[in-house]
Amino acid sequence: MGRYVLRRFGLAAITLVLLSMIVFLISSVLPGSVGRAILGPFADPQSVALVNEQLGLGGPLWERYFDWVGGAITLDFGDSYQYRGAPVTDFLWDALWRSAKLALLTLLLVVPLAVAGGAMAALRQGRTTDRVISLAGLTLAVTPEFVTGVVLIAVFAVGLGWFPASVPATFSSPFDELRAMVLPAVSLVAVLFGYIARMARAGTLEALAADYTRTATLKGLAWGSVLRRHVLRNALLPTIAVVATQAGYLLGGLLVTETLFNYPGIGRLVYTAAKGRDIPMMMGGVITVGAVFMLLTLLADVLSAWLNPRIRLGTARD
Amino acid sequence: MSATDHALELDDLRLAYRVRGVDREVLRGVSLRVAPGEAYGLVGESGCGKSTAAYAIMRYLPGNGRITGGHVRIAGRDVTTLSGEELRALRARTVSMVYQDPGQALNPTIRVGPQVAEAFTVLGASRSEANDRALQMLRKVQIADPARVLHRYPHQLSGGMQQRVVIAMALASDPTLLILDEPTTGLDATVEAEVLDLVRTLRSEYGTTVLFISHNLGVIRKMCDRVGVLYAGKLVEEGPAERVFHDPRHPYTVGLLRCIPRRGAKKTARLDTIRGFLPLLGADLPTCVFVDRCGLADERCRTVEPPMIDLGDHATRCHHHERAQELPREEAAATPPAAATGDQPVLRLRNVSKTFRLAGHDVHALVDVSLDLRPGETVGLVGESGSGKTTLARAILGIHAPDDGGGIELDGAPIGATFAERSRAQVSAIQIVFQNPDSALNRRHAVRRIIGRALKKLAGLDGAEAERRILALTEAVRLTPRHLDMRPSQLSGGLKQRVAIARAFAGDPRVVVCDEPTSALDVSVQAAILNLLADLQRDRGVSYVFISHDLGVVRYLSDRIAVLYLGRLMEVGDAESVFSGPHHPYTEALLSAVPSIDGELTTRIRLEGEIPSATDPPAGCVFHTRCPRRLASGICETAEPPLVEVAPGRQMRCHIPLEELRALQGEG
Repeated sequence: MGRYVLRRFGLAAITLVLLSMIVFLISSVLPGSVGRAILGPFADPQSVALVNEQLGLGGPLWERYFDWVGGAITLDFGDSYQYRGAPVTDFLWDALWRSAKLALLTLLLVVPLAVAGGAMAALRQGRTTDRVISLAGLTLAVTPEFVTGVVLIAVFAVGLGWFPASVPATFSSPFDELRAMVLPAVSLVAVLFGYIARMARAGTLEALAADYTRTATLKGLAWGSVLRRHVLRNALLPTIAVVATQAGYLLGGLLVTETLFNYPGIGRLVYTAAKGRDIPMMMGGVITVGAVFMLLTLLADVLSAWLNPRIRLGTARD
Repeated sequence: MSATDHALELDDLRLAYRVRGVDREVLRGVSLRVAPGEAYGLVGESGCGKSTAAYAIMRYLPGNGRITGGHVRIAGRDVTTLSGEELRALRARTVSMVYQDPGQALNPTIRVGPQVAEAFTVLGASRSEANDRALQMLRKVQIADPARVLHRYPHQLSGGMQQRVVIAMALASDPTLLILDEPTTGLDATVEAEVLDLVRTLRSEYGTTVLFISHNLGVIRKMCDRVGVLYAGKLVEEGPAERVFHDPRHPYTVGLLRCIPRRGAKKTARLDTIRGFLPLLGADLPTCVFVDRCGLADERCRTVEPPMIDLGDHATRCHHHERAQELPREEAAATPPAAATGDQPVLRLRNVSKTFRLAGHDVHALVDVSLDLRPGETVGLVGESGSGKTTLARAILGIHAPDDGGGIELDGAPIGATFAERSRAQVSAIQIVFQNPDSALNRRHAVRRIIGRALKKLAGLDGAEAERRILALTEAVRLTPRHLDMRPSQLSGGLKQRVAIARAFAGDPRVVVCDEPTSALDVSVQAAILNLLADLQRDRGVSYVFISHDLGVVRYLSDRIAVLYLGRLMEVGDAESVFSGPHHPYTEALLSAVPSIDGELTTRIRLEGEIPSATDPPAGCVFHTRCPRRLASGICETAEPPLVEVAPGRQMRCHIPLEELRALQGEG
């Protein structure tokens, strides 16, 4: 197990290096100049050239890349172009923390809901409950966040006025902050619900049909105990693995949702940085998102291996 | 005795599965009674309704299954009318079940202890009390070190141990009725013998009534007082086990018994088979259910349904019961003489060893195996799982390269260690037939394409010539040209295995490795496949390396036997002398584990414990840890005996001289 985790870390590191190269390359071939983006459309060309030079954009690509890598390995992603002088990391950790809060709220909402929904659908297989849950899940899963988000804003923010349509920069209380997070979280829940519920449903169906469920039933256990101890326990194994791998999808969803709701998370940070040619900020953001993504996937695999005694303890007999 | 005194009574039980809106009858009025303390065996081939009957007794049916008539009474209570709660209580206290495939029957995510304890908490025991009783129960089923096993997960136990755990759970409530559904199918013969012994011991201790379901007539003969033969959802014959097996009065029973190679039958005498196929689920069978497959059927059989005819203690559902044993043979017994075989070995294994590296440890799967295979000869490979049979087969096929220092020769010339290093002719010369034709055949391809592809790959044939050979092969394996356009899913297990055999024979092989080729098949189908293999060998002079856990089958087809244990050859010799003895102590133990239909008195040699790990084989003779004949001098523990020629053509790896073994085994 230890060896496996180590190997996965190695692979993750290689992936991050490749990711940084690709993003660096793309950012350097983007049209328009950084100096122009910073100084605005009315600045004179000499000033633009001067800014570009000051930012060290004159040297060859590979030189700039190694320069960046040198900083990145000490977690120094350089200074932001947009907010002159301020180190990227100052923004990064703040945004990451905000996104984590949003992601956590989303998972807290979606996991119990989807697991319960999926298990319920499996127990009522082929009946109306099953059809409604499966169809609703599928419909929501294929509807992009910006559509559900807009509908949510129209109904609950603009129409009913229960939640703010856009997240303010500061909050008067933690309750206010939570209230502001509800709509972005719900739009993410809508996307993830279908996948997780589907997996929970499939897992439950498999466990219901398994021989050990038959054994438990014929042992004379009450149906409730059969479900709790034997069916759900086994059904949740694959589901947890899926939830964890969906964490990557969640990150992608964050980008859209955060932009839509103006939520100051890592997604919006990367988006605005890309728009403003703030290359250090964008690089820092993308690499952070990539690292978090890989860490989550690895955690997911370790978790589902740990939950499965067949993997955790190996098949060695004694 | 009043009707309520039966431990189990099925009264005209009818059951149907609803498939695409139509009720298909699976049990067509089964009536039987099992007295308290009796062991009743239910036999029949797959699809006859055995397991359905078992689950109907527990009233555990799939969503589309329904009891359409009749009653099931357990200790006088009608199961068919119980409420949900009453049914649950009945399952908890009165009836228990032991299943085929214990590995699947146990929950993989719960430790053994809590799983067994559950059977007690359901009876109202407190948690700590349940844990104590679970420990006692594991002791009862003779699990070594039960306190440790409690904390294991099911997958950490061997199949035999898993089945003991299931038996422990089943006996927790001291049930009135214990149903065993193929409890030893898939287990090694030695493990099977131990599990069956355990069931017998516990039965005499608890006085439990047993319903034993198995396709294995030998197991039923060993375990049961009375036996019922089920065919197409109807009981066709019933009586004391010995009477039914020695004086069968139904043509189906007669046919089944003839399909099994018994009493040292050899491949020179063909096995009889049963014509045709089992009727489809829910087929309309207005008269005798067996009429379409019966060689004795006449007009009366087609018009009048035979009642259960009482023959004293014994009953049968056949108009012609008095001449049932005169059932004409489906297959001629006599065979033309075999093609002359040469003396030059076609295949020669020279000091073949195979070591796998697993998690930093060396696993010695094969150790210095030298074996010759002559043209037209069958060598049977025998041993428990883990003995190296499959590894040896794979080394021959070039799937595993043997370790340096050993090699394989074909017709006197060394061949590549892996099939990638072998020429097309060499690859075609050594082919395999697998146990499970389902996974061995590409289900997307029609039979014609499967055989055609093999011809192209193995014989390099194409076009019209290939088409001619496809037809010839089809005929050789007794398929008809209409089968060529079918896909494997449209064929029965036996027909699929014929396709697999045709595939293996496409390149005119010299050697065919048969890895449990009939283990997944019913006995009547098995007989036909064994006949086919024998015919092909006689006509083509091909040699077989035959692997099977069924020693009767191995004995039938093999000229010579090689006994493997922990990757080492323990004994090699011609089939007759290996089977008739004197045997190597391991062979002796294997042979005495086999339950026989003929109920011959064999003193069982018990093998203690399980096959040791090949990672860390015992010092000295690898078999000494389990050997019942271990010498007192201690030499077995310290020195590994060499494989030496003890008689002409007979090699053995044992410190005990042959004559002494003869004396020891003669006493038993």
